[in-house]
Amino acid sequence: MATAATERLRNYLEAFHSFGAAQQPAWLRALRERGFARFAEAGFPTTRDEDWRFTNVSAIAQTPFQLARDLRSSGVYGETLDACRIPGAACQLVFVNGRFAAQLSELGNLPETVKVASLAQVITDSSKSVEAHLGSYLNIERDAFCALNTAFIEDGAYVYLPRGTVIEAPICFLFISLPGHEPEMTNPRNLVVAEDSTEASVVEDYVSLGSGISFSNAVTELVAGENAVISHYLIEREDRQAYNVSTLRTQQARSSNVSSHSVLLGGGLVRNNVHPVLAGEGGECLINGLFIGNGRQHIDNYMLVEHASPHCSSRQFYNGILDGRSHGVFHGRIIVHKDAQKTDAKQTNRNLLLSDDAQIDTKPQLEIYADDVKCTHGATIGQVEENALFYMRSRGIEESAARGLLLLAFANECLDRMKSTPVREYLHELVQGWLPGTSSRGRTDRDEAVERQEPGRRWEEVG
Amino acid sequence: MALLEVKDLHASVHGNEILKGLDLTINPGEVHSIMGPNGSGKSTLAQVLARRESYEVTRGEVLLNGKDLLAMKPEEAACEGLFMAFQYPVEIPGISNAYFLRAAVNAIRKYRGEEELDAIDFLPLLKEKMRLLEMDERFLNRPVNEGFSGGEKKRNEIVQMAVLEPKMAILDETDSGLDIDALKIVAKGVNTMRSPDRAILLVTHYQRLLDYIVPDFVHVLVDGRIVKSGGKELALELEEKGYGWAEPASAAAR
Repeated sequence: MATAATERLRNYLEAFHSFGAAQQPAWLRALRERGFARFAEAGFPTTRDEDWRFTNVSAIAQTPFQLARDLRSSGVYGETLDACRIPGAACQLVFVNGRFAAQLSELGNLPETVKVASLAQVITDSSKSVEAHLGSYLNIERDAFCALNTAFIEDGAYVYLPRGTVIEAPICFLFISLPGHEPEMTNPRNLVVAEDSTEASVVEDYVSLGSGISFSNAVTELVAGENAVISHYLIEREDRQAYNVSTLRTQQARSSNVSSHSVLLGGGLVRNNVHPVLAGEGGECLINGLFIGNGRQHIDNYMLVEHASPHCSSRQFYNGILDGRSHGVFHGRIIVHKDAQKTDAKQTNRNLLLSDDAQIDTKPQLEIYADDVKCTHGATIGQVEENALFYMRSRGIEESAARGLLLLAFANECLDRMKSTPVREYLHELVQGWLPGTSSRGRTDRDEAVERQEPGRRWEEVG
Repeated sequence: MALLEVKDLHASVHGNEILKGLDLTINPGEVHSIMGPNGSGKSTLAQVLARRESYEVTRGEVLLNGKDLLAMKPEEAACEGLFMAFQYPVEIPGISNAYFLRAAVNAIRKYRGEEELDAIDFLPLLKEKMRLLEMDERFLNRPVNEGFSGGEKKRNEIVQMAVLEPKMAILDETDSGLDIDALKIVAKGVNTMRSPDRAILLVTHYQRLLDYIVPDFVHVLVDGRIVKSGGKELALELEEKGYGWAEPASAAAR
């Protein structure tokens, strides 16, 4: 049995052994070995696993991914890269196939006490903070993708904010996949350490240049000290042939306030895990998401909110817009631990299905072990309001534009919760371009191209 | 040329014939009122003219400014100068009043080959019309009709009409549910819009509106047909004697 599993994961074993880890410190090698051992033992999840009931990852399991090539100096970026830069950012670090590309990055003008760097660099510099935090929060037992990421920790984004730092402009990380002829994977590993009373916004943006099969398996650990106010933004806009699994694990101290905003637009098979642990009293977290699917995209939003201390509140708001044969998933799990009295947790998932073949699975899951709590959840699934459409048309607005405006309004509910003005405005433009009916030709061309690329592929049928 | 010409209009909803041969001619500058009991087809007429697709026209012809209105989509009718104030204005969460109206104005301007207005040009115009209808400026950035009271919604309809400056305006029971103060404000807004090249059709159940917006012509609609037409005094007579009085024996017998 063990041999069969090893055989099935042979490409990962080979990659693990060929991984140039000689210069990595012993603590990291040990962490990575634990990650690989756990991954080799667990293998990829199946739909029999409750957390993966609606998402079949056998297409990932059956693809022999190789570690992505180092293409930092291939120089094929130009204007495409410029379009991915968020105006008004404090800095933008660019990663190509998972590796920090200094020559493409803009380091900005941050205070000297703040550290924004590549993880590989701070590991080499033997930063104590990295050793103390990296891998300390993520549960590699629960999730094989997290174990896999840990096995291949090499590079990613690193942010350290010393006590009392306030950075108003967003700190941006752009992850570019450059797919090749063979399927390739990257395992970006990010760490954000925000000490007490800090305030900042961090953006992770995943894009692909060119098409081809790629697999991005990212993990971010975000540690928020007492009273810290941190916003995290995730933008997924890769090619439709991309597989993207990402996990945000946040650890919140007393009275901290962390927001997770995700905007999932691209990728073929996408799974976004958000796992905040409210570990100190009076913490607040907001999990705000927008996902827009078309073609045969599969977009899975998985939330696990752990209330581990009293007087914490959590809010989840997810809006989904699904067209074509796309499939969306919202799985919102809230665990209220025994001592977490006066918990106030709320969850809302609203969905618009624009075609007969689009599909959404929405699943709230509350596990409450305390007796004095307030938890609510709600989900809606509907179509564009015909009355509203007629009303707008009767005022002279063309049907397609009216439809586009209604979708934009629905998407705006999520975007309006984002506090960082540069990010919100950038996303506003970006989302407008992705919605059916709001931008004219670009969208249509892209959809036709996608149909050609995906002959008969349906995620739920694979395997 | 007549602004609106309705000839032998028959229309059905879900297979039930509601309009059974309606004729109506409205010239520029005129204010007409259509009155009738519940179920007579008043709102159906307004909806058909505004081109709601669930209403099926089975026979007849409607010309707007000489053009075939029944061949137009709702947005084309609007661009050709038709406006309907809704009996039940629709709430549109997530789109502000100001954004919505500018989108509408620009859609119509684009159709007519005119240059689009930017927010700076548009806002003063919108604010002026809102003042006319005594609407607070905070409604500018509120989502369209969301959380508005009934009276605020109806006033918002007339603001839209004032901004869009239609040639042919249809007010579908705009007076229903309004208190007397709101009714006066709405009437003032509508009266300001009266002009030699614009026509207004008031669809109403009650005579009260006509005390404040005095029509040139009153028509009585019963069972899908106009059974009586006359001047403004007809409305008073109706109020006194009831719709039964206007009903011809043949229609009543059915």
